[in-house]
Amino acid sequence: MDIDIVNAAVLLANFVVVPAIAYGSQLALGALGITLVYGILRFANFSHGDLMAFGTMAAILGTWQLQAWGIGLGLLPTALLALPVGIAAAVAAALAADRTVFRFYRVRRSAPMVLSIASVGVMFVLNGVVRVIVGPDDRSFSDGARYLINAREFKSVTGLSEGLSVRTSQVLTLALAVAAVAALFWFLQRTRAGKAMRAYSDNEDLALLSGVEPDRVVLLTWAIAASLAAIAGTLYGLDKSFQPFTYLQLLLPMFAAAIVGGIGQPMGAIAGGFLVAFSEIALTYPYKKFLRYVLPEDMQPDGLVQLLSTDYKLSVSFAILVVVLLWRPTGLFRGRVL
Amino acid sequence: MRANARAVIGFSVVAAALLAVGMGQSWSVSLAVFNLCLISAVMALGVNIQWGYAGLFNVGTMAFAALGGLAAVLVSQPPVHDAMAAGGAGLLAAVAMTCLAAGSVWLACRLLPRGRPRALGIAAAAVAGYFAVAAFFDPAVEAIEAVDPSTSGYLGGLGLPIMLSWAAGGLLAAGAAWAIGRVALGLRADYFAIATLGISEIVIAVLKNEDWLARGVKNVTGLDRPVPYEIDLQQAGWFLELVRVLNSDALAGLAEAEYAAALRELTVEASGIFVKLCYAGLFLAVLLIVLALSERALRSPWGRMMRAVRDNETAAEALGKDVYRRHMQVFVLGSAVVGVAGAMLVTLDGQFTPNSYNPLRFTFLIWVMVIVGGSGNNLGAVLGGFIVWLSWIEAEPLALWAVDALTAAMAEGDPIRVRLVEAAAHVRPILMGTILLLVMRFSPRGVIPETVGR
Amino acid sequence: MSHLTGDGMHGGYGGADILRGCTVSVDKGEIAVIVGPNGAGKSTAMKALFGMVRLREGDVRLAGESIARLTPQDRVKLGMAFVPQSGNVFTTMTVQENLEMGAFLRRDDISASMERVFDLFPVLKEKRRQTAGELSGGQRQQVAIGRALMTQPDVLMLDEPTAGVSPIVMDELFDRILEVRQAGIAVLMVEQNARQALAIADRGFVLVTGENRHTGSGQALLANPEVRRSFLGG
Repeated sequence: MDIDIVNAAVLLANFVVVPAIAYGSQLALGALGITLVYGILRFANFSHGDLMAFGTMAAILGTWQLQAWGIGLGLLPTALLALPVGIAAAVAAALAADRTVFRFYRVRRSAPMVLSIASVGVMFVLNGVVRVIVGPDDRSFSDGARYLINAREFKSVTGLSEGLSVRTSQVLTLALAVAAVAALFWFLQRTRAGKAMRAYSDNEDLALLSGVEPDRVVLLTWAIAASLAAIAGTLYGLDKSFQPFTYLQLLLPMFAAAIVGGIGQPMGAIAGGFLVAFSEIALTYPYKKFLRYVLPEDMQPDGLVQLLSTDYKLSVSFAILVVVLLWRPTGLFRGRVL
Repeated sequence: MRANARAVIGFSVVAAALLAVGMGQSWSVSLAVFNLCLISAVMALGVNIQWGYAGLFNVGTMAFAALGGLAAVLVSQPPVHDAMAAGGAGLLAAVAMTCLAAGSVWLACRLLPRGRPRALGIAAAAVAGYFAVAAFFDPAVEAIEAVDPSTSGYLGGLGLPIMLSWAAGGLLAAGAAWAIGRVALGLRADYFAIATLGISEIVIAVLKNEDWLARGVKNVTGLDRPVPYEIDLQQAGWFLELVRVLNSDALAGLAEAEYAAALRELTVEASGIFVKLCYAGLFLAVLLIVLALSERALRSPWGRMMRAVRDNETAAEALGKDVYRRHMQVFVLGSAVVGVAGAMLVTLDGQFTPNSYNPLRFTFLIWVMVIVGGSGNNLGAVLGGFIVWLSWIEAEPLALWAVDALTAAMAEGDPIRVRLVEAAAHVRPILMGTILLLVMRFSPRGVIPETVGR
Repeated sequence: MSHLTGDGMHGGYGGADILRGCTVSVDKGEIAVIVGPNGAGKSTAMKALFGMVRLREGDVRLAGESIARLTPQDRVKLGMAFVPQSGNVFTTMTVQENLEMGAFLRRDDISASMERVFDLFPVLKEKRRQTAGELSGGQRQQVAIGRALMTQPDVLMLDEPTAGVSPIVMDELFDRILEVRQAGIAVLMVEQNARQALAIADRGFVLVTGENRHTGSGQALLANPEVRRSFLGG
């Protein structure tokens, strides 16, 4: 019986907890970018998913080039080395979009809706550029050691009947996400520029009266949001695979995470990211095998015991969004903006 | 420039472009583009009712187009009696269980004291409800999907003429819009946008996944047609005669054998064109009806009030206008129009393919049409539908042609040339985004600006 | 020659002029108070001095130089500080961070200024780690004034600093403002509580429909029977 409980726990860890932590970190990084732009530039940026795709694409091209030169990181994926390229490209794209599109409306103090619609235009352009450059198909660019913990080895070492596998990309995702978030919070809480961003987000007029340069704040916001997007996108691509259209679809769970956590609140975006990821995976996981371990013989279920079919994965994030909006419209973390 | 002049010029340019396509590519292609232009125009009218009249930022157009398409299947396909017998009762029971579960959640909401007891009660009712519904639903679905899965495996439809589905598509979309509006319309404008985007993805997920309803990703093909089939036309005496008369010059003086072959070829081509013309007539009729109704609504006191709500929600509310109800009205009406267009599209395609619905093509592109054409102006939305669909569909051949011209000097298999040809296929979104951004920036009121006084 | 002078100001928010030839001025080490009925253009006059309202006519001079064309941000750099009536603190930032934001443009050591603000408003020192949104109305006003003082201004402009606070807190705030004057700062404020404000004012301006109706020292205006009858309730 005891060993069954351990097996059940390993099973859940393998199929729910580990993947959800990786996916949640990716969503959290993306949602942070959305929430920053929302909190400071005050519009819902529909181009964020494609900005992510753009940065990832640059990282992939860099990876291919490095691989062609025979440069690698051994056990770690080469993409890690190419990440700065992706970040630079995403930041450049975001700043170019701001220069050519968003600034015009910001200076005229257009309604947020106008900026959102303009971001749809940017989304189209970025989407097309990515597809022109790398094509619409799946691109795989992960290399290095695939598994940090291999299911078979885990079984033979522990003697359990369930295996636990942890991919390098999953550990890398968590490590990079923690590092990025720590750096972001340090920046926002401790540095002059970070405080200026928080002040601007809190009370734009008063920030201006205090001498905060709006152009600098906007520039920093784009740079940070785009960097996080490139990191999130590259990690997602390493963990799953890169296909431009998938990134457009990631927009929805990222928005859900940002809103669920409370717009303009970094902590909320992170919590929202993990909430969405865990719900998506936990609700679409078939619990048949799990229940076989924990329930007595005569209570074994016949079906898969899957609460929702896997095809509804993306819908889960939205369902959470609606419930939170109706139940607590300010999001889970209220009262603290940036 | 007056709005009328702009409209005349705009439509002339579109007509010239369609003629150019007809002469450059083929008349069949030109007519195919024209038909999709008409459908796009109807969709754009629907979005214009929401955004142009009332400032409602609905990014869920895709869902309503797909629901219209679903209606085409449910109305026109013959019923599958075996499936009905296998799972109909189970489905009905599942529906009853759903009502029961919803009722008990509602009761728990109402009767239990606030706080923990209520939360627990609601959770218990919801979980019990879920399993009760699943107990009936899952076996019923399994039974239905087991009936001849390679060709049917779903409940089928009502076996009625497909033209009826255009109205049914509107009704279905309107009903869905009402339900969605109940949840989402209370939200802030930007949250509403994200909410509708999300709901539209859910609707598509349901259509892809619920095979018992419309076969999901296995698609429903060979839908009924409101117009004759090419193959029948090619055998009809009157049609052959018509082809003969219309082409008497080309056919004159040909020898027996050549004559038959030439006639055969002309008939095949003409039958295709004839069918497309029939569709064009039907779609044009719908477009004109919707346009006339929209125009009347826009100029009525109702339309004036709508614009008042759009231009200043707070003031309108202060004057005692029920903003929520007004928004609900336009949301339902606009979605219904999109639903009609969605049914028309599936009718034209002759098949329902849930996989083809993606937000870029069915939501954001329609938005581009409205903004390019001129938000708030019905004629503008129609023109926007034409211009944007034309550029969307012709961007690829034009880009290919440009690449060809640029790389004419290169060898056939040159990797750069191959790469460029591949890339040319994806310039569409770039073009669309650029058009949208340029219009927003330099002509924010669109090609034909709103004319009614604000 | 006063340190800050708004001379014959005409202007408004587009449309009809709200200010119609209004003149206000304040010198270092003085308190000047603008009073008048609702809609007289008191706050507008203040905003015009700070460059937040376009002037159609007239001039604003600081230390003898015209600053009428400068942005509000540039006026901050020249030593003017403004405390708006509402939204005058960063509610999500701590008290200390609010004060730091006041000193945003300064590159020197701000700890001495911070200590002075804490001396002036001891309660802020206690609550320095709390977010400003959690404070009471009077405490928020102290944060707002403290934030403005962190810029080391020559001119401190307060738009209705006592709006919505209790009479005891109001007296307390006026006492603090007197202390600010002693530091040699020019204090210009708009006040609803005209009697109490004029009592501490070196100069007073009574505005009606955008024009100066009465001008004089605080004591003189308090003694003026017409001012008392029309604006001070007898």
